Amino acid sequence: MGFTQKQKEKFTHFVFFLVAAASVAILFMITLFLFVEGIPIFEKVSLKEFLFGNYWYPTSEPADFGIFPLIIGSIAITITSALISIPLGVMSAIYLAEIASARLREIVKPIIELMASLPSVVIGFFGMIVVAPVLQETFDIATGLNIFNASLMLAFMSVPTICSLSEDAIYNVPVNLKEASLALGATQLDTIFRVTLPASISGISTAIILGMSRAIGETMVVLMVAGGAAMVPKSIFDPVRPLPASIAAEMAEAPYRGDHYYALFAIGIVLFIFTFIFNLAADYISNKCKQTGDATL
Amino acid sequence: MKKTQRIILLVTGIFIFLCINLAWADSIVIKGSTTVLPIAQKIAEAYMKENPDISISISGGGSGNGIKAIIDGTTDIANSSRFIKDKEIKLAVEKGRYPVPFSVAYDCIVPVVHLSNLINNITMSQLKAIYKGEITNWEQIGGEDRRIVVISRDTSSGTYEVWEKKVMKKERVYPGALLQASNGAIVQIVSKNKNAIGYIGIGYVDDTVKPLTVNGVVGSVETTLSGEFFISRPLYMFTNKWPVGETSKFINYVLHPENGQRLVKEAGFVPLYY
Repeated sequence: MGFTQKQKEKFTHFVFFLVAAASVAILFMITLFLFVEGIPIFEKVSLKEFLFGNYWYPTSEPADFGIFPLIIGSIAITITSALISIPLGVMSAIYLAEIASARLREIVKPIIELMASLPSVVIGFFGMIVVAPVLQETFDIATGLNIFNASLMLAFMSVPTICSLSEDAIYNVPVNLKEASLALGATQLDTIFRVTLPASISGISTAIILGMSRAIGETMVVLMVAGGAAMVPKSIFDPVRPLPASIAAEMAEAPYRGDHYYALFAIGIVLFIFTFIFNLAADYISNKCKQTGDATL
Repeated sequence: MKKTQRIILLVTGIFIFLCINLAWADSIVIKGSTTVLPIAQKIAEAYMKENPDISISISGGGSGNGIKAIIDGTTDIANSSRFIKDKEIKLAVEKGRYPVPFSVAYDCIVPVVHLSNLINNITMSQLKAIYKGEITNWEQIGGEDRRIVVISRDTSSGTYEVWEKKVMKKERVYPGALLQASNGAIVQIVSKNKNAIGYIGIGYVDDTVKPLTVNGVVGSVETTLSGEFFISRPLYMFTNKWPVGETSKFINYVLHPENGQRLVKEAGFVPLYY
């Protein structure tokens, strides 16, 4: 065709660079858009009023744009769901990697990973129709749509992530470390908790953080089962209104380029910062305590 | 070489012709409020049956999005469960659009409770006190000794706006109220929770929840049109400028007592004429 080998090479390089640059550029533009649409609200309210204001009444006259109860709601749900999903996820990972037989592992691991593909709206529906009435009857509380229910449903969603990634990390611990420990007379339990877990801690931490960042950004589930009351909760059986639920529920009716619209984008910025920090942390931990051969202990 | 060129030309020609044809086939785009959506859908189906050469595409997305689409010129008709706001009019005029409202139906909003609730009637002032968080137990208004779980719509929904205006008299619903994103969600929750009170459009009342009479008046088509039942609102379709052509025919169909308005009643809303 008249192209030299070198020209072809250069062309290929260029095409791949273009594709990579396009995805980065699109992400960058979305972030830019988020900030451009969110910043104008701070002409109306100060940053402090926005973050620490106690009242979220975006449509009243005069409006109040305080997202403190929403932030607390998001944090409360994320922490509670972490308390449920971390032990469950990590324990099942240990079981699968260290204790279960190879055949059982072959069967169970894909099933756990399949759980991750359950659509969130299905989990939300389950929480709303099945779990909420049960919670309400069992604990004799006013409503079953509360922090606890939402955390339970979110834990469902993050357990597969946490379990699957942790299992990989544990499984990849060099076998001679374990053998050395067993040879010194340690029991299997000792070996798991004193050798295997410390050696794979970076992988497990990354798994946990990624699982939690999925929980904090999850929208449908919290919209359906968290209750939706924009107040600071007093117990885990109180309803809350997390950040993503507010955006999802209100964006459709917010007047275009009105204060409410800007405020919702500003909530988006806050949410973006949250997940950004989570991902940075995951990146930092996985880089800092990299599993490099036998030298990790 | 000549031959392939000719074929390519021909194919492109046919393609362009088809595209133009498709664009010229009469179509109406409707966007906006999810409250008005069932009405628009029912009427559009009937209209397309009578006029097979017209295609109507309908989508929801909320009143705000509908009006935004009118402002952007991306829709022929915007459904809205509220009147257009001053800011939106200003934006529209800046872009050279002139939104025209048509009131197409009335929505009647009824307070509902769980089927096992002993209360049958509630007064406007009791409703207001419940939604302000001042009355917190059913015992205070003659029911069982149970906590009241207050369920409301999102502050940005048209239904909430009506509630705030008619029941709350511009005061705020207290922050402890559970805000839900749709009428359907409220029916779902109230039907499962003995403590709950919520409010929904009359079209969504079914036998899983118990509607309350307000100040002794039953919420119905008759009482809404006569003005006896307080908690009601008009629903709108907006067009850009006074409608012409197909859009105008469709709007006329919607407003016709035996066509559109009959279907409004079938969809569970209150028609303009009784």
